Amino acid sequence: MAIRGFAARPWTARGVEIMDKIRALIVDDSSVMRKIVERSLRQAGVELDKVLEASNGAEALGTLQNESVDLILCDINMPVMDGLEFVRQLGTVEKAKGVPVVMITTEGSESHVVQALSAGARGYIRKPFTPDQVKEHVLPVLGKKS
Amino acid sequence: MSVDTSLPARAHEENWRPVLELAVEEVFEIMLGCRVKPAATQPPATWKTEFTAMVGLAGSLCGILTFACDQPTAREVAKCMLGPEIADSEGQVSDALGEICNMIAGNFKNKLSGTDGRCMLSVPTVIKGEEYSLRSLADGEIIDCILMFQDAPVAVSLQLHT
Repeated sequence: MAIRGFAARPWTARGVEIMDKIRALIVDDSSVMRKIVERSLRQAGVELDKVLEASNGAEALGTLQNESVDLILCDINMPVMDGLEFVRQLGTVEKAKGVPVVMITTEGSESHVVQALSAGARGYIRKPFTPDQVKEHVLPVLGKKS
Repeated sequence: MSVDTSLPARAHEENWRPVLELAVEEVFEIMLGCRVKPAATQPPATWKTEFTAMVGLAGSLCGILTFACDQPTAREVAKCMLGPEIADSEGQVSDALGEICNMIAGNFKNKLSGTDGRCMLSVPTVIKGEEYSLRSLADGEIIDCILMFQDAPVAVSLQLHT
């Protein structure tokens, strides 16, 4: 799967990968949680070029009609359109094809994880979460070792 | 800690109180970097719950979970979550409390075995003010917990539908 911005990766002499700055879309109905997710991404060592926000799946689909992103972090329980439906519909948006999605949600049951991964999510983080958990689940989908 | 939800209803309060307290403690420790502990005594009669956040549960576990505290504590919770510079507005404080309540409910149900995928949470609602009465149609057990956060009480209540 080609991920925009990660096709050719430079490496330092010590073998430490230099991560390109990425564009992330954070989808959560709580503005507080969107800020916490952004902060956790930075704490996990993800360099952010731009952070886009949406408060539900429908708004996120609209944003993706005009904006390209490298990573999507998405809640499940949201009004208007929940996170599972958003992931299912993501493939219909040309600019979003192949963009990895990591769910960040309080819905931690095995069946929710299976539903999310079946719908196309690449990772799953249960709230409450630590920056280390964000690192563990997000860096691999960006092609980096956590 | 994992508790079987198929336990007889009579055992819920006895078995679930420590699970609920642990769920609260974990949320505060992980998301706020602060420890909370069950209160040794009841809060004083003058204590006011000026912010009440609530999340509904439906399915195999049915009822409502509330998180309540006074205004200074609500602001302190938001500051711990977001940092002092962005937690000034009332909207941010309410949003922070709603998320805390949501995570407590989610963390609690995730600790119970037997609810897998069959218990759903509502989006949170937050009430500001103290002149209200809350009447839940949940007619089962009520598990009330008072915990201390930075020397101030916070109340967590789980009201279950039989």
